[in-house]
Amino acid sequence: MEDEGKAAARRQFLFDTAKVACGVGMLGLGLGLYTRHAGALPPTAVRPPGARPEPQFLGACIRCGMCVRDCPYHILDLAKPEQPIAAGTPYFVARDGPCEMCEDIPCVKACPTGALDHKLTEINKSRMGLAMLVDHETCLNFLGLRCDVCYRVCPLIDKAITLEQQHNPRSKHAMFIPTVHSDQCTGCGKCEHACVLETAAIRVLPRQLAKGELGGHYRLGWEEQKKVGKPLVEGIIDLPDRVPESPK
Amino acid sequence: MKQDAGAEAVRARGWLRTHQWLLARRASQFAVLALFLAGPWFGYWLVKGNLNYGLTLGVLPLADPYVLMQSLAAGHRPERNALIGAAIILVAYFLAGGRAYCAWVCPVNVVTDAAHWLRARLGVRGSARLSHATRYWILAMTLALALITGTIAWELVNPVSMLHRGIIFGMGAGWIIVAMTFLLDLFVAERAWCGHLCPVGAFYSVVGKFSPLRVSAVRRAKCNDCADCYAVCPEPLVIKPALKGADHGIGPVILSPHCTNCGRCIDVCSKDVFAFATRFSNRGEPQANDQRPATRSAEAPVQLS
Repeated sequence: MEDEGKAAARRQFLFDTAKVACGVGMLGLGLGLYTRHAGALPPTAVRPPGARPEPQFLGACIRCGMCVRDCPYHILDLAKPEQPIAAGTPYFVARDGPCEMCEDIPCVKACPTGALDHKLTEINKSRMGLAMLVDHETCLNFLGLRCDVCYRVCPLIDKAITLEQQHNPRSKHAMFIPTVHSDQCTGCGKCEHACVLETAAIRVLPRQLAKGELGGHYRLGWEEQKKVGKPLVEGIIDLPDRVPESPK
Repeated sequence: MKQDAGAEAVRARGWLRTHQWLLARRASQFAVLALFLAGPWFGYWLVKGNLNYGLTLGVLPLADPYVLMQSLAAGHRPERNALIGAAIILVAYFLAGGRAYCAWVCPVNVVTDAAHWLRARLGVRGSARLSHATRYWILAMTLALALITGTIAWELVNPVSMLHRGIIFGMGAGWIIVAMTFLLDLFVAERAWCGHLCPVGAFYSVVGKFSPLRVSAVRRAKCNDCADCYAVCPEPLVIKPALKGADHGIGPVILSPHCTNCGRCIDVCSKDVFAFATRFSNRGEPQANDQRPATRSAEAPVQLS
């Protein structure tokens, strides 16, 4: 009799445990799948300077908002649950207000966990994203005007953005094309903020969206030659160029 | 549920003394919130941040060890300030009773207490059966999820940080999650969130497993079985071993880590049975059956003298 009672109690215990385990398992599964969604940062949201790459950032940021508080220009915000950014994490939208590139980087100093990497001590070395002149059809400089605003506001003028002269086939004038250099651009977003168009033609994008990557086996001949300091292959015969004969 | 819990105590001691710990608790909850809000609302930056991490007067870091633990599980090595802050909080809640966090600090407590009050008022009957241990399963799940996904997944939905962060930094749709918690407690199960599910409370109960500060049924011999304490207790299971354990050789101190040290039982008892004490005050207490080992309850004191 007592054994039966014990067995029944054991069965009940196992059922109860299974019930809780199943319920919590379902909750965990749902949350886990949601995590995958929430980890996809929309391209318009830019993380503060020094932010670790997105997946690590979401494991390191404890959503305290200290960076938001210490930003002297109040450009940072914590994501609300209805936004497509992981709830409670800091971000800014360059078009609304770009990073003002404080030299002492107070947001990074404020971060208690190092989700914003404390090794970043020079703001010019930050890589929040990469500016891209995405629309060549509406950019005023491409239309032959000398807008140049993105170039003028760039904190690293003539380094991160240069103006490259090009022939304008529509007229006898030149075009000056704003050209971003990824080795210098911090992704602060000043160019996107300042773009005079209704919708910016130059935008800060996450670097992994903006950058291509060469195959590891590629070698740039001119760089290799610079390294060696002499022609890579000696004794190449320079054949005369064949020029079509001019019609008579 | 007993409707007029505490009425006898009000007659015996007056309203104020029957609500002193409750009032103190509300004052503490709102004072904590006020400290965080003085900066963003009035420009007095006493505390920056929120309950996950805050910097007081620019020098004292305080961090939630539970969130930090998830971050560690996710594979991140935090900077010094977060670690110092978490250590201070761990020591503080170890001393004050782990779940004192729930009763004296957590903003969701106000929400679920309101739900509980309304539940009694509306006479909502029926309650889904939930195991009190569910919270530990959820606690384990959140840590496992951090480990698997490499992100602090629970913070995406955690009502505790959602509410606190929302009040300070802007709520957005966070209200929905808070409202869900309220409705859950109101209609689905009595004290569902704080009493059964919340992994934050589960974490702090582990922190306070051996806390020195406890509630004790010091004058349990005077108990007249009015059951008012059971009616108001957010974790009614914790009372019985201490209150009725004299015959089983169990001391009067409530040793269960589920006890939130809210002090409401002290408030409503017309016989002044309960009082704050240390866990060590079990020693030297005259026991009914001293020889019998206290194996009858999981909440038995560690050592009987």
